[in-house]
Amino acid sequence: MSYPEDLRYTKEHEWVRVAGDVGTIGITDHAQKELGDIVYVDLPKVGAHIEQGKSLGSVESVKAVSDIYSPVSGEVTEVNETLAQAPEKLNQDPHGAAWLIKLRLSAPNEAKGLLSAADYQAYVGAES
Amino acid sequence: MGARMVDFGGWEMPVQYTGLVDEHHTVRKTVGLFDVSHMGEIEVRGPEAVRLVDYVTTNAASRLHIGQAQYSGLLYEHGGFVDDILVHKVTDQHYFLCVNASNQEKDFEHIRAANHFDAELDFASDRYAQIAVQGPLARRTLQKLTPADLSSIDYYWFRDGEVSGVPARIARTGYTGEDGFEIYVAPDESPRIWNDLLEAGREFGIKPCGLGARNTLRLEAKMALYGHEIHASITPFEADLGWMVKLDKGEFIGRAALAKQKEQGVRRKLVGFEMRGRGIGRDGYEVRCNGMAAGWVTSGSPAPSLNKNVGLCYLPAGEARPGRKIEVMVRNQAVEAEIVSTPFYKRAKTA
Repeated sequence: MSYPEDLRYTKEHEWVRVAGDVGTIGITDHAQKELGDIVYVDLPKVGAHIEQGKSLGSVESVKAVSDIYSPVSGEVTEVNETLAQAPEKLNQDPHGAAWLIKLRLSAPNEAKGLLSAADYQAYVGAES
Repeated sequence: MGARMVDFGGWEMPVQYTGLVDEHHTVRKTVGLFDVSHMGEIEVRGPEAVRLVDYVTTNAASRLHIGQAQYSGLLYEHGGFVDDILVHKVTDQHYFLCVNASNQEKDFEHIRAANHFDAELDFASDRYAQIAVQGPLARRTLQKLTPADLSSIDYYWFRDGEVSGVPARIARTGYTGEDGFEIYVAPDESPRIWNDLLEAGREFGIKPCGLGARNTLRLEAKMALYGHEIHASITPFEADLGWMVKLDKGEFIGRAALAKQKEQGVRRKLVGFEMRGRGIGRDGYEVRCNGMAAGWVTSGSPAPSLNKNVGLCYLPAGEARPGRKIEVMVRNQAVEAEIVSTPFYKRAKTA
């Protein structure tokens, strides 16, 4: 698996794609592999304020439940509703169709402090 | 093999290979292979081997036939579990115990301290690897590698024979709720036998399976896991394992406490539940009856064969009846669930 260059990553295995003042957030391929078959995704509501490093929701697999920590701060503008009915999409396309939420960024510079694709790849390579 | 490993009591263990749910279904439908070499083995020999085994376990070892195995409990005097174990009678003067990996030193010490008999104890874990072949096609898979007639080995019986040309103890036991075998072999032979089994089962779609599938399979079949359903503060009667206690067999460690509990009745009991609301009751979550804390979840997971979220929990005996509505506290939210009869999954009987 190669990690897309246009995303920034956290050591907690989330990613964010920044376009203007909008950040799209998801979990990484490494995360979905570690979790295994995903059965529930709990996400915040539109309008909720999310802080960098704080839990924005959780993802639950057959094996375990895990918090999702937000890579950036902002206000939720969109939630990927398809995941409620089809959480397994997170196992199939974690960097694409199975994004979690979109935020209006309150501190766009936050993303610059996150890992690049190459750094994240090296990080999970060392971890596994 | 691309296995995801996890540290399990000092052993590097595979959690999953191809995926937990996929492995689970493979065992239910065809055949799966588990490397369970971490399990501990203790051998008891000598003229009074049976007296020692009977004294430290709850089930009646003295009633076993040669070649027969039984599920049993090692208890403390107060009736709580030291461990749950399998007792195999090899000969009149030789019993073979299979015990949980994380408990093996504790178990050995416990039995040693109770050995006031003419019995010789041998900590044998280093001499055995264990491979479990489980699923409806387990017998046909294993039969290709052994001259022993597997159809003549009944459930909870075993035979000493050969697998892949080397000595093996072949037991028709398992921890999945399916037909299958647990094979005990010399550790240096086990990688070869593992590969031979994968080859023998290839036409059936055999897959190596990890600890994750082992857990969902045993939970559906309501088989206890030490540290979850059973531990030092839980007795067999509370754990719904009264059938492994033979109070009439004579003295054994824990007997007095169990006899008293049987007379007075248990205060709490292990029951199965199904989630009715959205959520999964996980190990350690609080269970409420009528809004009040009443018990705790011991194991909980999606049940892949049932398409439901199920679990086991302890509740006051008066509340422990199928149909009763309960609530499981899932991350600070009360989620509705209902007590159901167990096991959750029972395989169809085959000839």
